[in-house]
Amino acid sequence: MVTRRRLLAATALAALFVAAPARAQQRLNVVASFSILGDFVKNVGGDRVAVETLVGPNGNAHVYAPSPSDAKKAADAKLVFVNGLGFEGWLERLVKASGTKAPIVATTKGIKPRERAGDHGHDHDHGRADPHAWQSVANAKIYVANIRDALIAADPAGKDTYVANAAAYLAKLDALEREVREVIAKIPADRRRVITSHNAFGYFQDAYGLSFTAPQGVSTEAEASAKDVAAIITQIKKQKVAAVFLENVTDPRLVQQIARETGAKVGGALYSDALTDEKGNAPTYIDLIRHNLRQLAAALVS
Amino acid sequence: MSTLYQTFIGPFSEFEFMQRALAGVLALALGACPIGVFLMLRRMSLVGDAMAHAILPGAAVGFLVSGLNLFAMTAGGLIAGFVVALLTGLVARTTELKEDAALATFYLLSLAIGVTIISLQGANIDLLHILFGNVLALDDQTLLLIATNATITLIVLALIYRPLVIECVDPGFMRAVSRAGGPAHLAFLVLVVVNLVSGFHALGTLLAVGIMMLPAAIGRFWARDITLMIVIATASGLVAGYAGLLVSFHFGVASGPAVILIAGALYLASLLFGHVGGLVRQLFPGRHLEA
Repeated sequence: MVTRRRLLAATALAALFVAAPARAQQRLNVVASFSILGDFVKNVGGDRVAVETLVGPNGNAHVYAPSPSDAKKAADAKLVFVNGLGFEGWLERLVKASGTKAPIVATTKGIKPRERAGDHGHDHDHGRADPHAWQSVANAKIYVANIRDALIAADPAGKDTYVANAAAYLAKLDALEREVREVIAKIPADRRRVITSHNAFGYFQDAYGLSFTAPQGVSTEAEASAKDVAAIITQIKKQKVAAVFLENVTDPRLVQQIARETGAKVGGALYSDALTDEKGNAPTYIDLIRHNLRQLAAALVS
Repeated sequence: MSTLYQTFIGPFSEFEFMQRALAGVLALALGACPIGVFLMLRRMSLVGDAMAHAILPGAAVGFLVSGLNLFAMTAGGLIAGFVVALLTGLVARTTELKEDAALATFYLLSLAIGVTIISLQGANIDLLHILFGNVLALDDQTLLLIATNATITLIVLALIYRPLVIECVDPGFMRAVSRAGGPAHLAFLVLVVVNLVSGFHALGTLLAVGIMMLPAAIGRFWARDITLMIVIATASGLVAGYAGLLVSFHFGVASGPAVILIAGALYLASLLFGHVGGLVRQLFPGRHLEA
């Protein structure tokens, strides 16, 4: 009996010794609610942070249903990064389910929320904030600053790394924003009107002066009625909208039908709420904005 | 006069997508409503619903394999539907398990396999959006598919009409005089699957069952004769399709549900005022004698 107990103690002790150095090297576990946010966190956190993304590439965070493994990820995390502004409606349930003690960081803090676009006749969308703030690069910089501050608060030892990483990434974002403005400046003023199947580009519209309209509400949950589609077709004809764009999350068939009927040019996919996987056109946020910019320019400059 | 025109015809003359939607729902009603009548008469009204669930995973897998491809999604739906229909028939005829129980097990399995494949593949892509058909976005290919399916349905129904009717009315007699009952039943199940796949492109799998069953139930309240029942069912299916699109156009409600809700309103009216067993008729049978 005694030997067995002694053996047990020895094993436990050994386990402690093995575990201790491992813990010292362990990276900070954090969770980001969706892929774009995950990309921001990776850029700021670098090697010190292990990021898990709940809604992966090509996923739709509006209507996502969290799984038990997501609850586990959240429970294990030191920080949970979310967009806020009502983007992750399912988050409350997840947090309750996981019992996580991790602080939840709303990365849109400090961004002036824009009201959901009301120009398409969906009354139920009025008065609520439009969550797609990352579509303006200027806002992306605020996200990055928020993420940096939250990481420093959770892991003060890594402060220098986070500050340096954030500064490098912010410089890239500055360059990106200049690029966006240059390209848009080349588009003739009368062609700066675009239709897309998902009204997620409100912040882009406000920041860079392109006008986006959608046949559906700002959330993909509402199915377009015949009235909506008729209104959008009439609008395209009246305002001479130059191009319609598909998107990687909602029903592209509707947009194709509208393009067929109006003769507006069909652009490629614009990415709004999710990055693509590694093989796709938009595996990172910077790629995503660049890709959208190329698609817009291809359809509108000419 | 001009307001009448604007209300009832204008939407279709002005917008091509409305014309396409109308053509789609009308073709759908032509094929699905007669099928619905036979399903109802054979006490298989819920089979349509079960089969719709069986088809859903097939179409979903088709979508995962090759995206929003009409052919892949149709093929996937047809395969899943046929497999479930065949296995159900096989089990029902060779074992102690009755057809409804066999169908329940296989459609649930199909659903579970589909959901598993989807969850393994792309995590949480918003598949439901894709799987809900969109009657407002019917392209040439899809319209052609729906029209072809309706045509095939009507031709095959004409061919198997006699055995099908006899089996509905007196299955024992059918078995005594002919062996056509089995093949006819199988062909009929195939038609059910084909029409659900058609309907899935326009209305989505779940609402497709609505355009099949509601008109059939309406027909039941107005006719004792099976031919008349089919005519009335089809007519009410056509009316629901047209009126549903109009409602969607003027009041801004989603088109698929609007079509089914109009059919539902017609059903309620029939339930109350129908000639054959309508509630009002039952309460005041005297009026019938006077007339």
